[in-house]
Amino acid sequence: MTHQHVEIRPGAYADSVALLQVSRDVAATPGVAAAQVAMATELNVEVLQGMGFTLPPASTNDMVVALRLDDESALPAALAAVDAALAAARKGSSSGGEVTAPPRTTGSALRRAGGDLALVSVPGASALVEAMDALDAGVDVMVFSDNVPVEQELAMKRIARDRGLLVMGPDCGTAVVGGVGLGFANTVTPGRVGIVAASGTGCQQVLALLDAAGVGVAAALGVGGRDLSAAIGGISTQTALDRLDADPSVEHVVVVSKPPAAEVAAAVEKYAADLGTPVRFALLGAGQPDLTTQTEALLGDLGVAVPEWPVWGTPAVPAPDGGGALRGLFVGGTLCDEAMLLAAAELGGIRSNIPLSPELALDSSLLSPGHLMIDFGDDGLTRGRAHPMIDPTLRLEHLAKVAADPETAVIVMDVVLGHGAQADPAAELAPAIAEARAVRDVPVVVACVGTSTDPQGLTRQAEALAAAGAEVHLSNAAATRRAIALVNGAAR
Amino acid sequence: MTALPSVAPTAVAAVGADMFATAVADQAVAVERVDWKPPMDGTADDLATVAADPLRRDANALAVSRMLDVQAMLVGVAPASELLGLEKGQFLHAGPPIEWDRASGPMRGALMGAAAFEGLVEDPEDAEALFASGAEVSLEPCHHRSAVGPMAGVVSPSMWMFVLEDPATGRRTYCSLNEGLGKVLRYGAYGPEVLERLRWMRDVLGPLLGEAVSAAGPVDATAILGQMLQMGDEAHNRNRAGTLMLLRDIAPSLVRSSRSSEEVAEAFAFMGGNDHFFLNVAMPACKLALDAARDVPGSTMVVAMARNGTDFGIQVSGTGDQWFTGPAQLADGLFLGDYGPDDANPDIGDSAITETAGIGGFAMAAAPAIVRFVGGTVPDALATSRRMREITIGENNRWPIPVLDFAGAATGIDVTSVCRTGILPQINTGMAGKVAGVGQVGAGLVTPPASIFPAALAELARRTRERG
Repeated sequence: MTHQHVEIRPGAYADSVALLQVSRDVAATPGVAAAQVAMATELNVEVLQGMGFTLPPASTNDMVVALRLDDESALPAALAAVDAALAAARKGSSSGGEVTAPPRTTGSALRRAGGDLALVSVPGASALVEAMDALDAGVDVMVFSDNVPVEQELAMKRIARDRGLLVMGPDCGTAVVGGVGLGFANTVTPGRVGIVAASGTGCQQVLALLDAAGVGVAAALGVGGRDLSAAIGGISTQTALDRLDADPSVEHVVVVSKPPAAEVAAAVEKYAADLGTPVRFALLGAGQPDLTTQTEALLGDLGVAVPEWPVWGTPAVPAPDGGGALRGLFVGGTLCDEAMLLAAAELGGIRSNIPLSPELALDSSLLSPGHLMIDFGDDGLTRGRAHPMIDPTLRLEHLAKVAADPETAVIVMDVVLGHGAQADPAAELAPAIAEARAVRDVPVVVACVGTSTDPQGLTRQAEALAAAGAEVHLSNAAATRRAIALVNGAAR
Repeated sequence: MTALPSVAPTAVAAVGADMFATAVADQAVAVERVDWKPPMDGTADDLATVAADPLRRDANALAVSRMLDVQAMLVGVAPASELLGLEKGQFLHAGPPIEWDRASGPMRGALMGAAAFEGLVEDPEDAEALFASGAEVSLEPCHHRSAVGPMAGVVSPSMWMFVLEDPATGRRTYCSLNEGLGKVLRYGAYGPEVLERLRWMRDVLGPLLGEAVSAAGPVDATAILGQMLQMGDEAHNRNRAGTLMLLRDIAPSLVRSSRSSEEVAEAFAFMGGNDHFFLNVAMPACKLALDAARDVPGSTMVVAMARNGTDFGIQVSGTGDQWFTGPAQLADGLFLGDYGPDDANPDIGDSAITETAGIGGFAMAAAPAIVRFVGGTVPDALATSRRMREITIGENNRWPIPVLDFAGAATGIDVTSVCRTGILPQINTGMAGKVAGVGQVGAGLVTPPASIFPAALAELARRTRERG
C-alpha cells in the first residue's frame, strides 16, 4: 500500500540545483518510490500535481517535501534522508567554521571582500536587484539568470552605460574573462581573439572550433541573447566592443549572435567599423552563414589554415524502418537556432518551442508530427528548474519518446562541455542513446561542443557517445548537415 | 572585471546557484558567496522597480552623508510651552499618531498622570473621562514637533526639555528629561510619587540644568555618543558612561549656579543615580541627525522608527511624513520581580530612534555588560551588530565599535535591504506593564512588525513609477 507524504516548510530555501540533488538523494532511499523536494513555484507545483501529489496552499517562498513511499513505515527514514540531504546541500554553500555569517546581498559581499566582477544566477525576478548592487559598487556584472523582463534588462543596461560598466546578460550563459570561465564556459588558451556573444552556446561553438584550430582567446564577453534586439539596441555589445578594442592583446574581434534586429545589427556594425580593432560579425539568420563557416572566415582573417573538423564514431545510416522526420533535442538555444536555419532551408518548416516563425510553435507536450527541434534550455522550460546542461532529465525522457516514434528518421542532439556543465554528460546520455537505438535502430548525430582542455575531456565524451552508436561532430553545422542528409536518405 | 578583459578578475562576488561560484573558485579566483534567499513575499516587483530608480543610489548616499554631517550640540534646557508653544491640554506622545480609544495601558497611564501634573484634573483617575471625551485635549506625536520621547513619551507644556541644535543649519530637536527607572510616568505609572518627582523636575532640576547648560556652553552630544561606544554603552539600554560624561561637562556650571548647594546636591544625586539620564540626550541627538536625511526623493533610508504601545511606525526619507504602521510586538527578554510575559505591554517609545541611527540594538556588540539584561549572550550581540550591517547603507566612522575592529556603527536602514533579506532591525527596549499605572516590568529585544517594510517599499515603488 503506497503512502503519500506532503509537507510545506515555510521560509526554507535552497536553490533549484541543490534541491535537484536533494530530491535524487532522497529518491534513492530504500522504501521511497518517488521524492520531490522543491520550492513551491508555480511550475514546481504543476510538476508535483502531475506526479499525483495533492498540495496544500503554499507560497513561492515555501519549500515542499513530497514523498511517495512503498508504505508508511518508510516515512521516518525518508524524512531523515531529506534532512541529511538538505544539510549536505547547505554545507556545500557556505565555507563553514566561520564566526561571521555570510553576506546576504551582492552589495554586502562586495563591501566585505571587494572584487571587480559579480556573478548573478538567482531567479529572474530578483536578478535586477542583485545586479544593481554590483553597478552601485562600480563593478561589472554577469547575469546568468533568465526570465528577466526586457524592461528590467533595458533599465540595468542604461544605468550601466551611464556609469561605464558592462552588464553581461541577463540570460548570459557564457563568458571568459582573462582565461576565467564564468557560467557555462570552456577552458581556453590565452590568445589574440576577442569575442562578443549575444549567445552562450554560439560562443561556446566558436571557442571549441578556435581551440581545434589552435587559436587562443583573450576574452569572450557575453551580452545576453536579447542585446541585439530592437528593445535593447545593442547597449552591452557596444560596451563590450569598446573594452575589447582598448585591450592591446586583442587583435581580432568576432560578434556572435542569434538572429538580431536588422536595424540594431546595422547600427552596431557601423559602430564597429570605426574601432581600431577589426570586427567580424557572425550573426545567425536565414540565408546567413552558419557559425562554423563564420569561424572559418575568421581563421582566414587571422591567416590560420582551416583544419579538418573532428568527427568520431562510424557514419550513421538511415533507420531500416524509415520515418521521414528530423528530430532535434538541444540544450543550446543558438545551436538549436543554427540547426533549424540549416534544416529549414532543406526540409521546410521545423516545429519548435523557439520556432523561426510563430505558426511553427509547439504546444507544451513538445510533440508533433513532422520535423521538430526543441531547445530544452529555453526560459519556458527552465522556470523553477535547473538548466538541461546541469539536469538532463527532461531531455533524456524526450529522447526515449522521440526514438520510439516510428516517424522519426534521425535524431540530432548537442552536448556542451566546459565549466558549469554536468561533470560527465556522456555517463547518462550514452546509455540513453544505446537504449533508444536498441528499441529502434534510429540514427543519432551529436554535436559535442568543447575544447581539448575542458574538465569533462572532449575526446573521452565524444568517444563514449560514439561507442553508444552516435555519430559525433565538433561542429554543430556539420552534425546538422549530416542529419539532413540522413533524412533525405531515408526518404529515398 | 578589470578595465582589460584579457586580465582575470581579482575577486568575484557570486549570488545564486552555488555551482557557478564553485566553478570560479576551482579556477583559482577568490569568490565571496552570497547566502541568498528569496525576498519577503510579494516584494520582488517593487524591489526591481525601486532598484532601477535612477535616483536611488545617489539619493541614499546623500541621505547618509547629510545624516553623518550633523553635529548634535546640547544648547539648552527649557519648558515645552516655551520651546514648542505647547498649550494647556496639548499632549505629545511617542510613536505614530494614535487616539485615546486605541491607546495602550501605559500610554493612557502616562497621559492621565500628565493631565494631573498640568492641573487639568485633581486625581489622575479622573482624566480618563477627559481624554475619552476628547474635549479640550489633543494628542500629537512627538515626531511631528521635532521631538522624541522614551516609552510613552508623553510631553505636556510644563515639562522641561533638552534642546539639541545642529550649528551648521540651526535645526533643533527636543526631548523631555529622564525620570529614572521603576514607577515613572513614561512607563505608565501615575502615583503620587511619580507626580511629586515631575514637580521637582519642573521646579528644580529643569531650571538648574537650563542655567548650567547655558553657562557651560554647548555640549557635544555626538562626540559623547562616540565615546560611549568605547566605554560599554550602546546608548539605548545602557547610558552609564554617557550620563557621567554629561555630568562631567556641566558639573562646574551646576556648582556655580544660583541654586542652593542642597538643590545642586539633589540634582547630582538624581542624575548620577539614573543610568539612563543621558538617553534623553542621545535620542534627540539621533533624531537631529536623522531629520537631516528626510525628504530626499528616491531615498529608501528609514529616518524614524517609533512605537506608541499599539502601533509600530516607520518613516522613510523618500516618502515624506507618511507613517507605515503595523502592530507593535511583545519584547522577548527578562522580567523584574514577579512580572512575566502576560504583564507586558507591546513595544512602546520613540527610543528606537537610536537603532534607526545605528546604535542601541544595532551596537549591542559595544555593550557586552548588558546583553544578559536583555536576555542575550555576547556571541548573540556580536552576531546582531554584524547582521545589522546587511540592512544598512553606510557606516558612521564617528561611532566606531571597538570589538568589531572599530567598524563604524551600521548607518541608514535601507527598506529594500530589509525586504530582500528578511532581516528586521534589532531593538533593545524596556518593557512597560500593560495595565496603566504599573510602570516598568522588564527589558528585552524586539523587532518591528515585518509587514511595514513591504508597505513602505510599495509606496517608494509607486513614487518611482510616478516619476517615470
